Amino acid sequence: MSTATQTSLALEMPSDTYLNSSYGVKSWFLTGDHKRIAVMYIVSISLMFLLGGVFATLVRLELLTPAGDLFQSDTYNKLFTMHGVVMIFGFLVPSIPVTIGNFLIPIMVGARDLAFPKINLASWYIYIIGMIFMLAAIISGGVDTGWTFYTPLSTQYLTTHVMFTAIGILIAGFSSIFTGLNFIVTVHRMRAPGMTWFRLPLFVWSNYAASIIMVLGTPVLAITLILVALERGLHIGIFNPALGGDPVLFQHMFWFYSHPAVYIMILPGFGVISEIIPCFARKRIFGYSAIAFSSIAIAVFGFLVWAHHMFIAGISTYSALIFSFVTFLVAIPSAIKVFNWTATLYKGSIHFDTPMLYALAFIGLFTIGGLTGLFLGAIGVDMHVTATYFVVAHFHYVMVGGMLVAYLAGMHFWWPKMTGRMYPEAPAKLSALIVFIGFNLTFFPQFILGYMGMPRRYHSYPPEFQVLNVLSTAGASVLAVGLLMPMFYMLWSLKYGEIAGNNPYRATGLEWQTTSPPPTHNFHETPIVTQEAYDYESQTEEVEVVG
Amino acid sequence: MLPQYFPLFPESASTMSTRVDALYFFILGITIFFTMLVALLILVFATKYRKEKHPVPVQIHGSIPLEIFWTLVPLGIAMVIFAWGAVLFFQEMHPPKSAMDIYGVGKQWMWKFQHPGGQREINNLHVPVGKAVRMTLISQDVLHSFYVPAFRAQMDVIPGRYTTVWFEATKPGTYHLFCNQYCGTKHSGMVGEVTAMSPDDYQEWLRGAGAFGSLATEGQKVFASMGCPTCHTGADNARGPNLYNLYGRMVRTEDNRTALADEGYIRESILNPSAKIVYGYQNIMPTFQGQLNEDEMIQIIEYVKSLTYNGQLLQLQTNTQQEPPVNLNKIQQGIDVTKPGTNQNPVPRTSAVPVQEEAVPATPSTPPGKQNAPKQPRGAAPQAKPNGSQVEQR
Ligand code: HEC
Ligand SMILES: [Cu+2]
Ligand SMILES: [Cu+2]
Repeated sequence: MSTATQTSLALEMPSDTYLNSSYGVKSWFLTGDHKRIAVMYIVSISLMFLLGGVFATLVRLELLTPAGDLFQSDTYNKLFTMHGVVMIFGFLVPSIPVTIGNFLIPIMVGARDLAFPKINLASWYIYIIGMIFMLAAIISGGVDTGWTFYTPLSTQYLTTHVMFTAIGILIAGFSSIFTGLNFIVTVHRMRAPGMTWFRLPLFVWSNYAASIIMVLGTPVLAITLILVALERGLHIGIFNPALGGDPVLFQHMFWFYSHPAVYIMILPGFGVISEIIPCFARKRIFGYSAIAFSSIAIAVFGFLVWAHHMFIAGISTYSALIFSFVTFLVAIPSAIKVFNWTATLYKGSIHFDTPMLYALAFIGLFTIGGLTGLFLGAIGVDMHVTATYFVVAHFHYVMVGGMLVAYLAGMHFWWPKMTGRMYPEAPAKLSALIVFIGFNLTFFPQFILGYMGMPRRYHSYPPEFQVLNVLSTAGASVLAVGLLMPMFYMLWSLKYGEIAGNNPYRATGLEWQTTSPPPTHNFHETPIVTQEAYDYESQTEEVEVVG
Repeated sequence: MLPQYFPLFPESASTMSTRVDALYFFILGITIFFTMLVALLILVFATKYRKEKHPVPVQIHGSIPLEIFWTLVPLGIAMVIFAWGAVLFFQEMHPPKSAMDIYGVGKQWMWKFQHPGGQREINNLHVPVGKAVRMTLISQDVLHSFYVPAFRAQMDVIPGRYTTVWFEATKPGTYHLFCNQYCGTKHSGMVGEVTAMSPDDYQEWLRGAGAFGSLATEGQKVFASMGCPTCHTGADNARGPNLYNLYGRMVRTEDNRTALADEGYIRESILNPSAKIVYGYQNIMPTFQGQLNEDEMIQIIEYVKSLTYNGQLLQLQTNTQQEPPVNLNKIQQGIDVTKPGTNQNPVPRTSAVPVQEEAVPATPSTPPGKQNAPKQPRGAAPQAKPNGSQVEQR
């Protein structure tokens, strides 16, 4: 679209950017610049994503046939465990906040950097140390607890590297806390003149909500892991009934973090979508405050539903009822968002650039992911489908169809801002299509498998489940192609992509007012904000002029 | 039935399964409706308002009535699903009174089942069709989950505490039994089969399954061998409370609370006696932690469950020199535990004695110190009438 018109103006790369302000290893590894740290994070989490993807591929290969014939049972158990651990703690939890969020939040609020640049850098180092522990565990033989670390299996029965992995996750958790803290303080204290709370882009709101969860929830995970370590290492009875502990207590503590954690993963994704849809519909977002407040509602209610992972884990009938009730309440804010995004399209002027394709895919897949949560929230049905492939399908629809697709949408959308160059449109659109098809083919059959009763984490399975598993594996290979493509063309575009210019999509938002890539201090002059976040009215007139 | 190699829907073989499916289809309908609605809106807007056709967007801020509308409608639907799911859950959690008991013990990586008549099975479970079965489950090591998809019945199996789940099979056949809680190396090998049989076939099977003695009689032996009768004599001045009619009663504890004497309570009383002290008694019962395996524990529980007045009356018949059979005085000071007056006139009611009491002579004399224990339990499972005694006598 607009790129064509803009390139005709023969754009040039800006001379003074965060990328060329200084050179050398030290200038990166000791940087306080949130944009450089974001880039370092992008590289690191992409590597973790690749690793997690390799494990996923091997898992899907094993499941091609009913018999457990490709790997030993123990190996298979390690594969799905490491897939989960690496994807969740290495990729999904940090994902959007530490990359896109890190890069954009200071710019979006009109600040020169995050509130605590050194803490931001520290968070990256902490993340890396955590990952080194995790990788050490993997290289030295792996771990097979499942990413949920249920006790007493993890504390007494397994001989794999549980401690290493737990320490890795514990350490990585602190990087989350640091990031969350930084975001909260930045949003409160560093907004540019005129940037009121209700002029903040929704991306900032949703990352703010996610930050609250990071800061409040992650310590509980840390405590839980320390208790696991105490029991495993020193045989202090906490969770193991043989030592006088309670295995259900572990589940309460684990899910007290891990349920809100799914909102850490998905909320920033909501933020990305809330930026992209108005931009490519050329229209202000429908129901700004409804979307903003629903993010906060999710962050609050998200803390009150953890036991819906435990309906049949031996909790009392009445507590199960209460948790089911709140679970249905927390579904509403997500529904509100979906309706508002859809309504934003109404009477817009819709452009189908790659970020928009991903965003539309997000709405569809997230809708399915969210609605299938209703089955799991309804206790009577959950008793049948809990821990089956239905759950696996549900959370992959939310985490991959939702979060990962949002991440891809966001990476495409802000790629020109981060690198100064456009991604190539044609292969990017193709990749979006392939991801969409491959994703559905992979995970839709798993809903059916789940309702039929196929348990998750099964190395071998009864033959009647084979056809659907073959379909799922076939889908996974398509999905893999779709996900690998961006890695290549994005790298290619670093050198050969069209020069983007400051605002290739004519989007609103402070980030589009500075150069692409931005200078080290983001703005040459502190911006003064005078209008709302999605003032596409002014931008549209420009289209009229150019078009 | 669906094609064998490409089924898309699980078999439905219990009374609950059709009810679960009904809610499932309801939510499925809602899911499809809203997915289609959103997809359709996106498609329509995307074609109608694409930039070629609709170059000038109309700026709209939002609409409070619409926001309220799409908050309240989903909320209403969610509440309907919640209520329906909750009702279903209540049914799933509350077995009918007439349910028969079967015990299951999970361990890495197998299932052990015990029928009240003493029949044991491994990775196989035989149940009658048309009869509610209440499974009492416990794990010997890590978490497992007892899952029979065709019955839509699932429950975690936890070390150190009992969980229960019930189902009533509606058609004969064999169905998958899965462990559905990751439990280590051979998790996916911890599978078995549930065979639902017509009641006649089931009786036949019970007879052929070769049990050595009903769970209760086995439990009686364990009870004696562990020295429980030294304190639980049944006498008024005994050091331990009378265990007659304990099961299913509300017990008053030393700190003036009450506790329901179910399987979990009895288990706790044995393994962790000081957790709840019975009102009026000293905290002198030793713990039996580590001395009983889960199978023996189940047997003792079945034995305690079998200690009812009927059993007691029978005891009187044969042991006339013994003191009053029921000494509930202390307990009765607390809360009224049983129907008042039951212990007033212990008239032998031979007619009330269930069939399997015929087996009584087969179980020989009462060991010293357990005079008040009945010789033969009334049988916790009237439904298993013939089997218990017959198998036992072989
Ligand atoms: C040293 C005496 C002693 C021995 C031996 C003993 N108990 Fe007890 N038991 C008691 C006392 C005293 C209480 C009541 C105080 C309490 O709750 O701990 C009790 C309570 C119980 C209760 C709860 C009764 C109620 O009314 O709520 C059960 C069940 C029980 N014992 C079972 C057993 C079994 C089974 C054994 C053998 C494995 C056993 N006891 C061995 C002394 C004993
Ligand atoms: Cu198991
Ligand atoms: Cu298992």
